[in-house]
Amino acid sequence: MILPEVNWAAVMPSVILTVVGITVLCWELWMKEQDRKYLAWLSLAGVAGAALFSYTLWGRNESAFNGMLALDAYALFFNLIICLATGMTVLMSRHYVENNELPAGEYYALLLFAAVGMMLMAAATDLIVIFLGLETMSMAVYVLTGIRRQNVKANEAALKYFLLGAFASGFFLYGVALVYGVTGSVKLGEVATYISTHFSDGAGSPMLLAGMVLLIVGFGFKVAAAPFHAWAPDVYEGAPTTITAFMAVGVKAAAFASFVRVFLLSFGALHGQWEAILWALAVLTMIVGNLTALVQDNIKRMLAYSSIAHAGYLLVAMVAGGELGGAALMYYLVAYGLMNLGAFAIVVAVGKKGEPNEEFNDYAGLGFRYPGLAMMMTIFMLSLTGIPPLVGFTGKFYVFSAAVKAGYIWLAVIGVLNSVVSAYYYIRVVVTMYMQEGEKQVEPLSTRPALATAIVAATVGTIMVGVLPAKPMALARHSFASLQKPAQTASSTPKKDQAATSTPTATAPSKTPHH
Amino acid sequence: MDAITFTVLSVLMVASAIRVVLNRSPVYSALSLVMLMSLLAVYFLYLDAHMVGVLQIIVYAGAVMVLFLFVIMLLNLQDSIQDYRQEKLWTMGILCATLFGELWFFFGRAGGESSAQHAVPEGFGTVISLSQKLFTDYLLPFEITSLLLLVAVVGAVVLAKR
Amino acid sequence: MADGKGRMAYGSDDTPESERSERAISHQANDESLGNGIMVPIHYHLMLSAVLFTIGALGVLLRRNTIVIFMSVELMLNAVNLSFVALARQWGSMDGQLIVFFVMAVAAAEAAVGLAIILMVFRNRETVNADELNLMRW
Repeated sequence: MILPEVNWAAVMPSVILTVVGITVLCWELWMKEQDRKYLAWLSLAGVAGAALFSYTLWGRNESAFNGMLALDAYALFFNLIICLATGMTVLMSRHYVENNELPAGEYYALLLFAAVGMMLMAAATDLIVIFLGLETMSMAVYVLTGIRRQNVKANEAALKYFLLGAFASGFFLYGVALVYGVTGSVKLGEVATYISTHFSDGAGSPMLLAGMVLLIVGFGFKVAAAPFHAWAPDVYEGAPTTITAFMAVGVKAAAFASFVRVFLLSFGALHGQWEAILWALAVLTMIVGNLTALVQDNIKRMLAYSSIAHAGYLLVAMVAGGELGGAALMYYLVAYGLMNLGAFAIVVAVGKKGEPNEEFNDYAGLGFRYPGLAMMMTIFMLSLTGIPPLVGFTGKFYVFSAAVKAGYIWLAVIGVLNSVVSAYYYIRVVVTMYMQEGEKQVEPLSTRPALATAIVAATVGTIMVGVLPAKPMALARHSFASLQKPAQTASSTPKKDQAATSTPTATAPSKTPHH
Repeated sequence: MDAITFTVLSVLMVASAIRVVLNRSPVYSALSLVMLMSLLAVYFLYLDAHMVGVLQIIVYAGAVMVLFLFVIMLLNLQDSIQDYRQEKLWTMGILCATLFGELWFFFGRAGGESSAQHAVPEGFGTVISLSQKLFTDYLLPFEITSLLLLVAVVGAVVLAKR
Repeated sequence: MADGKGRMAYGSDDTPESERSERAISHQANDESLGNGIMVPIHYHLMLSAVLFTIGALGVLLRRNTIVIFMSVELMLNAVNLSFVALARQWGSMDGQLIVFFVMAVAAAEAAVGLAIILMVFRNRETVNADELNLMRW
């Protein structure tokens, strides 16, 4: 009798979250209405447990479940990001769920299940496990998007997200089929071996390239990269704000985790083939995201377009590749997570039941009446713009300097120009808060301690990680190195930017995205 | 499968696929999809995927499509003349032609690329061999699937209950 | 079918001249496992799958009825399944068939969630027309 190979350690964080999710689901059936708040605390404990367990596993580097899952620092790093996103979302949701009368048990359970899907995606070294993790995550998020059943906007957002998501899954799956057809395996390691032995010239074959393009479409949809971003603004606007935050940070982090793993690990030898596609994608994503964000009047929608733009910066790091680019991407995801979660938490705080307060005008005068809240929102907005010493600046600095060092000068220039443009709409929030009159009332944060904790934690993170970037960056480097160990070919020599070689733009924007 | 069977089945298959997409009535679309899935099961049998072929009929043509028909009838949708998006027909035509051309081209050439057809081992595609692999090598995806189905059940209930 | 061997091998006679040479090589490789009758090459299945996938994608873009759009997505997944099974046969490995298992499970789960979403939208809006829902404005 053949026994399956089971490595409990590799799946333990996911198992913890699953068990807690099921417990939440069952417990809600027995509990009284007023005890619902304990569901949030239980979920939070589960997330903390999963994060702690991931932390204790640090330093292990093994392949589990017959080469389907990796237990490496890379996966654990993303586990921590996912736990951060989930934990903050739970904190934000504590009163939001109550005030909006959402079904608490299902809400927290689906949140945890989505986190499990994300963790599996980040750790998976098999395209099918990635697909299943992706679907688990997406399915839970589709439902969470539409969980305000009476809200027409939420309905439409869920439907749109679902249909386009299923459509994109079809493309992703077809890509998997083509890769399987060429290499005879869906395991990333075996695919990498096949490619490095059969296509050592780095040219690939038409069928493999088609598969790669289809995979890019699938991942591009999940990270909301232009031109596959059409769903994002409507869905981000229609979903409950807490879930929007979760989507913007968690889903994006998980999708980037496996995007990077697949392309740097399996298709590393074909770097020359996909870098041009991703280069174009990155530029398009940054430009589309930033330019459309300029004309938005709804804060949630503006943040949606801003998250599209940030996907563009992350793609820049991915194109740069190598140890620097990879580490910059991971650092940026932490940075992006902290400041975005904070910004969305403020949007949650300003909103009320039946009165979402999501327009720019609703923020007018906030600076005088609620100085603390407005100050923290200002910090998040400045950080998103990329102003030193906040975390957004350090992140952008690492990303663009990685791009410059890898020879993608133009990419870095376009990126910096874009973040200059982005200053307009981020600063506009600050200007609205401090320079316009308004008398919107906000429910004091003291009545919502969980939310206040989330906002303060995000603020502290945004400042601390920005001021002291060395430790997190070292962690990111270490994690990314663990990804590269199994496949030697993962980081090929950086290719020079086609345009950059001919132009004498030596004044590289290696310093700041200044204004 | 000989060439004639393949041709006949393929023509039927493409015809029902077109009917799925173009038929005005959603019920007829669904029935065409059932037909397509049943035909696909025949291909699976010919391709030595016996178990998958049977499951295709039971799960797909049986369970999933019944769910579709059930919802279509529940909603009592009328045929609508305005169901097509004519305004963007050209863009879509070009998009699809590109997609199709690429795939056709790649596969047309792929015959040479990976044509060395491997011999199949004993018991290929039977229940025993498939389940052995499913519960050993593919244990993890199998378990993830259970979570996926749990999510789907919870999600469907939470959204569809009144 | 019982022996499960050599059902598919190359050797149809109506192939263009250019493709014949490379076919001949694979033909030789499979000579011993040649079944009875003229066999259809695997990549014809792949081409059929490409046709079906494209028709499905066209359906998603063309139709307004969200249920039909969803059915077109199912059609796409079925097309991919055909590819997986054909490729599993070509590689002589069962991974492809197992993947189809999981795709079926995913499709079933998607159907449950998707139809629930459509039902929910219909209750609030009395329509499932994508344009009336202001959906799909690409």
